[in-house]
Amino acid sequence: MAVGRDRSAEFHGDFAITVRGIAKSFGEVQALAGVDLDVTRGTVLGLLGPNGAGKTTFVRVLTTLLKPDAGTARVAGLDVVQDAGKLRRRIGLAGQYAAVDENLTGLENLTMVGRLYGEDRKAAKAQGRELLARFDLLEAAKRPAKTYSGGMRRRLDLAAALVAKPPVLFLDEPTTGLDPRARLSVWALVESLVADGTTVLLTTQYLDEADRLANTIAVIDHGRVIAEGTSDQLKDRVGGERLEVRLDDGADPEAAVRALAPMSDDPPVADGTLVKLNVRERRGSIVEAVRRLSDADVGVDDLAMRRPTLDDVFLALTGHAAEEADNEDVQSA
Amino acid sequence: MRRLVSDTLVIAERNLIRLPRAPELLLAFTVQPIMFLLLFRYVFGGAINTGGIPYVEFLIPGIIVQNIAFGGFVTGLGLNEDMHKGLIDRFRSLPMARPAVLAGRTLADVVTNALAVAILLVTGVIIGFVFHAPVLHIVGGIALLLVFGYAFSWVFAFVGLLVSTPEAANSVGFIFVFPLTFISSAFVPVATMPAVLRAFATVNPFTVTVDAMRELWIGVPAGNDVWGAFVWAAVILVVFAPLAVARYRHLAGR
Repeated sequence: MAVGRDRSAEFHGDFAITVRGIAKSFGEVQALAGVDLDVTRGTVLGLLGPNGAGKTTFVRVLTTLLKPDAGTARVAGLDVVQDAGKLRRRIGLAGQYAAVDENLTGLENLTMVGRLYGEDRKAAKAQGRELLARFDLLEAAKRPAKTYSGGMRRRLDLAAALVAKPPVLFLDEPTTGLDPRARLSVWALVESLVADGTTVLLTTQYLDEADRLANTIAVIDHGRVIAEGTSDQLKDRVGGERLEVRLDDGADPEAAVRALAPMSDDPPVADGTLVKLNVRERRGSIVEAVRRLSDADVGVDDLAMRRPTLDDVFLALTGHAAEEADNEDVQSA
Repeated sequence: MRRLVSDTLVIAERNLIRLPRAPELLLAFTVQPIMFLLLFRYVFGGAINTGGIPYVEFLIPGIIVQNIAFGGFVTGLGLNEDMHKGLIDRFRSLPMARPAVLAGRTLADVVTNALAVAILLVTGVIIGFVFHAPVLHIVGGIALLLVFGYAFSWVFAFVGLLVSTPEAANSVGFIFVFPLTFISSAFVPVATMPAVLRAFATVNPFTVTVDAMRELWIGVPAGNDVWGAFVWAAVILVVFAPLAVARYRHLAGR
């Protein structure tokens, strides 16, 4: 992953985003250490990583907010540095913080953005109304955004990112801090945009979000892409499905480990009365585990299949847990 | 250039729409200056000897200059807030003229400053202020106030972009700028101050501007201060506008 590699690296027409060797440092801190990435037109790329991994910096480079120190990136066929001005007409950005003016109404916010795209007041207003209707905010159109719920604000932010009908959309942690219902509604909106042909790059800390929305997932840590693939491929690398068994008080963990060992390629791990093991297949595992433990006469309090979390992905891929990473994103925000 | 003008107007309009919806700011712009005006006029006024000029006439130009300088606080606090809430990122991701973010803010200040001048003048007239000047001078005084206020908008734009929180912007304003307004001829004749302070007060741009206002509005001779005041405003503008723009570029590029 050479920094500053040949700038004439070829770009393919099928990709809405092509990134080669992008690097960026803030003083001593290397936020991006040579990122290569392609996003196919009309698909969703989920960028996963802990705080400080470089996700936000990466999005800021691709949205022309930040000049990279090295490397090249093209979005919608335009270079992020040389064609920055033109590119701004073809991308939408919805940030980690809902970047709407709280003291303006929903309609005033969208009208302002439309006018800053060069539309006249009337056209900007009409389009604002259209977007509010589409995002289920028409009733709140004349209320200041500070009276909106978190989910409504996020929808308004998303609407603001779509004013120019951009072919490429960047969503920086679009559902961080939202309640489950609001998350679902944001997800549904993103899905409808993709169905209309928009290419989306979204960053997230949640595997389930990437799972639901992303065609491809790239895991980023310490400014590098350390893994790329579909959600299933990544989970396989983490070790697939995990079974967790909580034993009755007084049950013998050793006996449980012996009983469950044939179900896994790796020896099960006992931690007090909690026994964990990676199983080969999700299907039938719970039934089999119950049968084996019952045959061995080991009492079970509770047992469950656990899907790998982002922490598991990180642990497996980097050897450190997600929260150990330093906090570069906060600094650069 | 056309884009710069139209984008600046859009941003200025945005800041003017939102102002009445931020009650704490509105209060700071209306009630607080009136309160100060009344306090000085009726509490301190009787004890301050202004050499034959009624204190209310001495005070009004001074207190208006002080207030107008702080008009830029809206810009300072606003930019700081925009930075933290991600609005600056939104603006920068749009194909708009980039300087419009700062230019629109400071332009909106000119409107709010004009409003503040009107509020203080009306209050002043109610409590006994009388112009002793031709209309042209009165208008010239208002122009000077707006130019001076505009220059300070850029000072506060720089401050707002320099510090990390709105609270810190507040502290800078009140620890550095507030005393500057007092070590001047705004509230008392500088002749009564100890030598060191007097020396400082004499060259203080606030003194120069306040003296110019007194010359323009109540006809108290102020020597070259009228032109001096315009020059000071220009100097402040020429120094702080590029500083604010550079700081904005620096922050935005992180």
